[in-house]
Amino acid sequence: MAFKQVTSPHAHSAQSTAKVMQLVIWATVPGILALTWQFGWGSIINVVIATVTAVISEAIIVKMRGRSVSFYLRDYSAIVTALLLALSLPPLAPWWIIVVGTVFSIVLAKQLYGGLGYNPFNPAMVGYVVLLISFPIQMTTWVSPLALLPEGVTHPGFIESLQIVFGGMIPVDGVTGATPLDVFKHNSGLLVDQVYDREPLFNQGIFAGAGWEWVNLAFLLGGLILLSNRIFTWHGPLGMLGALALMSVIFYDSGSSTSPGSALMHLFSGASMFGAFFILTDPVSSAVSNRGRLIYGALIGVLVYIIRAWGNYPDAVAFAVLIANFAAPFIDNYTLPRTYGHTDRRRATEKEEG
Amino acid sequence: MNKTWVTPGGVHPPENKHQSVTQSIGQLPMPETLVIPLSQHIGAAAIPCVEIGQSVLKGQIIAKPAGMVSIPMHAPTSGTVSAIEHRPIAHSSGMLAPCIEITTDGADTWIEHEGISDYEHISPRKLLEMVGNAGISGMGGAGFPSAVKLNPGRQRPIDTLIVNATECEPYITADDSAIRERAAEIVEGIKILSAILDHPHHIMIGIEDNKPEAIEALAPHVEGTGISVVVFPTKYPSGGEKQLIYILTGKELPSGKLPADLGMVCINIGTTYAIKRAIIDGEPLVSRVTTVTGDAVGIQRNYDTLIGTPVSHMLAHNEYNEQAGGRVVMGGPMMGFTLPSAEVPIIKTTNCILAPSYQEIPDDEPAQPCIRCGMCAEACPASLLPQQLFWYAQAEDHERLEAHNLFDCIECGACSYVCPSNIPLVQYYRAAKGEIRHARDEKVKSDHARERFEFHKERIEQAEREKEEKRAARREAALKAKANPPAATAEGQTNASAPSSSAADIIAAAQARAAAKQASPEDQQAKLERTIAAAEQRLIVAEQKLAEAVASNSDKQAIFSAAVENTRQKLEQSKTKLAELTA
Repeated sequence: MAFKQVTSPHAHSAQSTAKVMQLVIWATVPGILALTWQFGWGSIINVVIATVTAVISEAIIVKMRGRSVSFYLRDYSAIVTALLLALSLPPLAPWWIIVVGTVFSIVLAKQLYGGLGYNPFNPAMVGYVVLLISFPIQMTTWVSPLALLPEGVTHPGFIESLQIVFGGMIPVDGVTGATPLDVFKHNSGLLVDQVYDREPLFNQGIFAGAGWEWVNLAFLLGGLILLSNRIFTWHGPLGMLGALALMSVIFYDSGSSTSPGSALMHLFSGASMFGAFFILTDPVSSAVSNRGRLIYGALIGVLVYIIRAWGNYPDAVAFAVLIANFAAPFIDNYTLPRTYGHTDRRRATEKEEG
Repeated sequence: MNKTWVTPGGVHPPENKHQSVTQSIGQLPMPETLVIPLSQHIGAAAIPCVEIGQSVLKGQIIAKPAGMVSIPMHAPTSGTVSAIEHRPIAHSSGMLAPCIEITTDGADTWIEHEGISDYEHISPRKLLEMVGNAGISGMGGAGFPSAVKLNPGRQRPIDTLIVNATECEPYITADDSAIRERAAEIVEGIKILSAILDHPHHIMIGIEDNKPEAIEALAPHVEGTGISVVVFPTKYPSGGEKQLIYILTGKELPSGKLPADLGMVCINIGTTYAIKRAIIDGEPLVSRVTTVTGDAVGIQRNYDTLIGTPVSHMLAHNEYNEQAGGRVVMGGPMMGFTLPSAEVPIIKTTNCILAPSYQEIPDDEPAQPCIRCGMCAEACPASLLPQQLFWYAQAEDHERLEAHNLFDCIECGACSYVCPSNIPLVQYYRAAKGEIRHARDEKVKSDHARERFEFHKERIEQAEREKEEKRAARREAALKAKANPPAATAEGQTNASAPSSSAADIIAAAQARAAAKQASPEDQQAKLERTIAAAEQRLIVAEQKLAEAVASNSDKQAIFSAAVENTRQKLEQSKTKLAELTA
């Protein structure tokens, strides 16, 4: 009798990369629902366009690289990238914005570096930044949240939304408007309390801006689902949210007219929760050790705040993540865990004695 | 209740232990032949001391230890030695190794043997000798000769004796069932160990909480003995020596150190039973408890198995279904290795034969790219970064691998177990370790060669310098002689013969040296005879190898036949030379 020769271990857990990716996809559902509830059909249309574009461009590139298309598409990673980009883009953005961004994400940021597992930068954020720099007007036009729509105006219906996205139809006046972060960016002379009092975005909201607080809560919920399923550890998200909160407490300036806003506003506005649980948790482009991920997260939190408060852009998750991607190998170098039986942590570049 | 510590990482694979403990430890029918490998332990292989055709009794020594770190082998039953040759053994490479085959006679007649009951009054040295003579090596893992382990030397007094009853690998129940049925003898064995180690302060039996029956069985026997049974939560790989030491004592074994350096000895519970049998009953280690399990066998059970029992015999008697599964594993599903064939024998470290069905352990899916999700790092009991090790192993970056402490990897397989991309991580680490070891050896070799070369160069230069000095001296002397011819003639009378005589001396000395180099004919003849004897020996070996190669239809036939031809030619040359010399 001759037997099959296989190396140990023979037992394997049931977890698979495809399942991990699927779970990430499911975890975005609360966020998609919140976005749709507060901002209309735009986000769902974004998701559909991005997903189709991503799957097609991934298939073409994998084919061109001479690999098995079905094998690589089955890992669902292209869909995750598409989803993350689509949810970052403004609802009702023209279709070609989404297509261009997705192609950049999949082809340039992912496949040209060697595909899944080899990309040094977060693909969705590369796509986002390319769009933000190239098409600033389209990228900064956000739909107004439900509570802020003028009397008698509603979010465009599904068909109407399609016409806006594909036909270039101009939405009704009042459908688009500022975001809470825009409000603080362009605040001139109002105390924080006055902003909360007078700005409809805040006086219609509960604690961090109408609509946005719900979207952030929904992404927080999705993130906690992933955390409880051990898809990632708490280190990265906590690092970012902790650093962001700390920075906004330090620089709150007792709510003066130059204050960049409260910690609560920063945590639950813009892409904070989405970034903390869905963007910086991309393991491929982040630091690897738990301590490293804590530092990596904190770095992103600090950068997000710096750019929001003193930079040119109202939100900054994409820039912060890309800058931290650069720093990830450096962080890794100094954050090796202490191995069993060793008294000291080592450095990744340390050479053997003698 | 003893305090326990929690190790980092670890995994909880399905235990699958219940299947094999429904029945008590069984006995297999006597196999027709037993194959006893001469190396079943860490250290030098034993040297056969029996001849083919010789009858042996159960427990009779058939191979003697070769040196300090080695153990003797005993006949596991009575019968006749039918072969001493290379056979396939239980090794992941499927290699052949020297074995002794015994054709059993079915009588199972013991050799005369006698134990001692009052081991308390016997010197530890004598007890150690008995353990060594009984051929006992560690039965849990690597198979380190127990007598060596139990003798750490006076400068390392042993304060803690840890008995490893963890058995953390899924499926395996050999230790569990042995404890259930033989608790009294096991505790007796631990007491003997305590006597050998001069009564350490702490004696702990470390056991996972998934073996309540075994824990209960031990309880009455350890009462009042000072031995504590320490129960801790089940988690793989708690049974690794380093992990168990941490769980029980909170101390980490420093990298590259042995437990004895911390005043500890860690010994498998199966070994304690063997030690009891050796001392009290005078029986050498000729059998062990082995689990036969997995859905591809009809009967899943533990057996008191004779060392040398072919795996095929075990499978045949447990209704093995060849169609149900493709691999047969020696050991557990996490660290066990697949057997090349069923002809390999059970050895002293074989705790389990696992024949899983395809449903239990399906064939591996193709590996997907590593996404550095970090699940492996969460599972690693040594706090390594498996994803980084994998990255650098692929890049063959040896420096980074060592900086990431590759050599602290215990190859437990927890990382591969959790890897969602199905990457055979442990395989990469094993290969990388092998490459690094190889590179180190090569470096030592090349350093050696360089030193030799530099020394050689130095020597040549030195000789050149000396020659040059001599030449210079001669030139100077000649110049002097030319400059002062009158002086030379003046003293010519007295010293005339001096130069010529010194010249003659030089020639004579050179001749003597040449003669010395040209050995006497007797010496030459002796040397040639030695050469011929050696060549004849080599020819025999080469012919044997060729015969083997021909028999197994190996592709090395050509190589061996060339070797035979070569040896024969050299032998002929030497013989002609000898004939010339004696003629």
